[in-house]
Amino acid sequence: MSTLNLLVAVCTAYVFFLFFVAFVADRLALQGKKAWLRSPLIYTLSLSIYCTAWTFYGAVGSAARNGFEYLTIYLGPTLVMISWWWLLRKLIRIGRTQKITSIADLISSRYGKSSLLAAGVTILAVIGTTPYIALQLQSVTLSFSVFAGQSGGIDPQDKAGLALWLSLGLAVFTVLFGTRNLDAKERHDGVVMAIAVEAVVKLVALLSVGIFVVWGVSGGLTEALARIDASEFGEWHTDRGRWAGLIFLSAAAFLCLPRTFQVLVVENDDESHLRTASWAFPLYLCLISLFVVPIAVVGLDVMPEGSNPDLFVLTVPLALGENGLAMLSFLGGFSSATSMVIVAAIALSTMVSNHIVMPIWLQLRPSGASVSGDVRNAVLMARRISIVGVVMLGYLYYRMSSGGEALASIGLVAFCGLAQVLPAFIGGMFWRGATRLGAIAGLTAGFAIWLYTLYLPSFGVGTILPVSIVENGLFGLVWLKPDALFGISGMDQLMHALLWSMVFNVVSFVAVSLVTFPSPLERLQAAQFVNIFDHSTNAHSWSGGTAQTEDLMVMAQRILGSGEAQALFMRHARRQGARGNLPAPTPDFLEALERELGSSVGAATAHAMVGQITGGMAISVEDLMAVADETAQMLEYSARLKEQSEELSRTALELRNANQKLTRLSIQKDAFLSQISHELRTPMTSIRAFSEILRDTDQMTPDEQSRYASIIHDEAQRLTRLLDDLLDLSVVENGQVNLNLREGTLRDALDRAVSSAAIGEDGVRLEIERTPAKEDILLHTDLDRLSQVFINLIANARKYCDAKSPRLVIRVMQDADRVVVDFQDNGSGIAPEAVDMIFEKFARVSDQKAGGAGLGLAICRQVMTRLGGSVDYVPAARGATFRVVLPYRTALAAQ
Amino acid sequence: MSKQVLLIEDEPNIIEAISFILSRDGWSVKTHSNGADAVDIVKERKPDVVILDVMLPGKSGYDILRELREDPENRGLPVLMLTARGQTKDREIAERAGCDAFMTKPFSNADVLETVRALAAK
Repeated sequence: MSTLNLLVAVCTAYVFFLFFVAFVADRLALQGKKAWLRSPLIYTLSLSIYCTAWTFYGAVGSAARNGFEYLTIYLGPTLVMISWWWLLRKLIRIGRTQKITSIADLISSRYGKSSLLAAGVTILAVIGTTPYIALQLQSVTLSFSVFAGQSGGIDPQDKAGLALWLSLGLAVFTVLFGTRNLDAKERHDGVVMAIAVEAVVKLVALLSVGIFVVWGVSGGLTEALARIDASEFGEWHTDRGRWAGLIFLSAAAFLCLPRTFQVLVVENDDESHLRTASWAFPLYLCLISLFVVPIAVVGLDVMPEGSNPDLFVLTVPLALGENGLAMLSFLGGFSSATSMVIVAAIALSTMVSNHIVMPIWLQLRPSGASVSGDVRNAVLMARRISIVGVVMLGYLYYRMSSGGEALASIGLVAFCGLAQVLPAFIGGMFWRGATRLGAIAGLTAGFAIWLYTLYLPSFGVGTILPVSIVENGLFGLVWLKPDALFGISGMDQLMHALLWSMVFNVVSFVAVSLVTFPSPLERLQAAQFVNIFDHSTNAHSWSGGTAQTEDLMVMAQRILGSGEAQALFMRHARRQGARGNLPAPTPDFLEALERELGSSVGAATAHAMVGQITGGMAISVEDLMAVADETAQMLEYSARLKEQSEELSRTALELRNANQKLTRLSIQKDAFLSQISHELRTPMTSIRAFSEILRDTDQMTPDEQSRYASIIHDEAQRLTRLLDDLLDLSVVENGQVNLNLREGTLRDALDRAVSSAAIGEDGVRLEIERTPAKEDILLHTDLDRLSQVFINLIANARKYCDAKSPRLVIRVMQDADRVVVDFQDNGSGIAPEAVDMIFEKFARVSDQKAGGAGLGLAICRQVMTRLGGSVDYVPAARGATFRVVLPYRTALAAQ
Repeated sequence: MSKQVLLIEDEPNIIEAISFILSRDGWSVKTHSNGADAVDIVKERKPDVVILDVMLPGKSGYDILRELREDPENRGLPVLMLTARGQTKDREIAERAGCDAFMTKPFSNADVLETVRALAAK
């Protein structure tokens, strides 16, 4: 088996291994076992996507050529990670709450969801990344040829075929694991796990070579250091400007490269992972750069003059006969290359499909995006095609550049290109005044200068840029020479490009932002981004809604009022099974929302409003917001009117009630006066009639005379009694009576009542049964009034008891808080239908035989109420039974 | 044969007074003091004049009068109503019910006598 075949076998096996890892991880994720799949460690390892084959091989090469300068490539990201609290935390929170899918999405989202910006950044990313992918392919084929060189060489045809197969394999892997999930917002667990594994392979490979070089070749740490001292390293000087520039560049690249943005922000599962990554990732970078210098020094020593230092990692072990170690090293480089291509392809395909393919596709479709499943499949298909497209683009670039020297420096060139995103990116996060037009201006200026001064010249003079321009400047203007703008020459080409592109980028960005005004949507997004920590809670998963739903929410609140809008959104969120309060903007929800808004502002306006936010309509958001404000004012005004009319009807109701009460009182008063009139006129009638008889009649017997006189007398007395009662009642009712509180026993009060009421005017005595022993209860109350009540009850029994031999039992009972006195006669009692009215004024149970005015019980009840007790008729007892209850404190107070 | 007056009233002293006055004038006075069966008593006794109190136990004087007026035989029966409620609306109710004369208690004996004579002469 030839070395080449062995290599192919190893590579294939390794790729299958990656498939396996990714597959298992995806499976585990599906089963919900995400705890360790999404641990801070995995997150940190996945960040090593930053270290590609270019750093794996190139760092040693760079060290061999430029000394310690290679460190700048690691210092930039380290600085970014260390300052995570100020920058990355905010970035990740924004990514989370706004559901950012890529760097292009972030920029576009911040500047009012500008599709122009998104497409621009996407194009920039594709231009900057394609050569980078080509570089990875080149490094793999180069490493192949190194191995093959030992066993008879490799012809260019094979190299190209190898690169093609590699590209295809990576594309398939990426399509399989990168577009596995239907939901574009879901993390790619399998891919991330595979990258983490590759990160470990990279590190182990480089460390192994390093350890071999230090202990195996140099013979120990001291010797290795001595060897470094002896080499040219001690003489290399650092160029401070270039160092600062490179550190800045690598820091910017770490933030802006599509692949690092993908793992850093999009694939981030938990903000708190940053805390670990902030020290673990710099540590990883430190380890990976640890043995770069020793390898470079040994390589320069061991290898023949003129051999490519970029391949020392591979060629040194090979030269020293360590084939196994060389194989490991090869796998490390292979890992670096493949993981970069995979993630870059995923990130770029997301951008390309979302910001270029889909907008075009939707434009071309006549009916618009009406069916959600349709669109979703289209998105997936677009992403798959984009992945293959991006990888193939890299392959084509590789073929076209035919693996020339130009590729070697392409890493920094790409860094510089993508760094153009940085001003708009950072400005958008920290400066509310940044506007869409500012971002476009800055990006365009920076991109143009980068293209002119760095990218195009990188293909080599005369390839794309004509020699005349390079030598004489654009349009023959010397100050427009691509390597010496404004006549400033003598600078390193990279630094020259970086400086000018950044200066123009930042100046245009700030200037244009200052003179332009943001649209309402931009303003909204600016506030969301800059004050992200005020707007979001620390969500541990991608709950909450999309930015789109939030916009709908803002709109709905203006029209429906915040309470109702929130209730509506919450209802739909629950119906959809979403965890937060914001539902996904599904067609169902949009339709419902439109209906709801339609009931407030009319269907057409509602449609326009929803359409404006969800799809593009030719009405500006500003106009709609103005409409919404107006509508809200009208609604508020009508709400006020409604409130007033409700208040009026409340008042009217109160008046009606008062009127009814007065009417009722008036009827009662009429009835009372009518009763009084009747009660007074009846005895007066007898008095008048008989006095006229006495006056006008002659020949009257003395008997008749005395009889009529006594009738007059009785009726006069009845009148007097009636008036007394009336006055008494009025006094007691009005609460004007002065209670004459004194001490005495219950027995005394009963004695007095019995002696005055037991014998009627007719001389018939009512038989009364008492239990004097129980009546010795000391009371502190108005004894006269109490006796009055007792007299009334005894007199009633005497007057109304219909038994043949009327008899009254007075029973006294005592319990914890009251004294109860029952008056029970042996008559037939009071008819149930009459019970309700006996305590009313002028109520009389039977006919006229008693001659009372019917005020007795009414007065009794008033008196007992004044004394703090009560008097009631006790139904269901034998005979008529009245119960007088005295509160015990009346009794206790006396003791 | 002297003419007959039926006095429907529940106050014993007033019954005695009116009976005395009318008897002395030569009337035959019958009395009844319950409202419930008053109509039957009228139909049975067929008096020449009825003196009817408003407040009666069992049935009000107004109801009794209305029932009498529904009976063809008693449509023209002279009725004098007495009431202890002296308000205008009581008189109106009585007139609507169909009384021939209306007096408020306390009355003058002479007025009662004169009214009964006038009613009987009708």
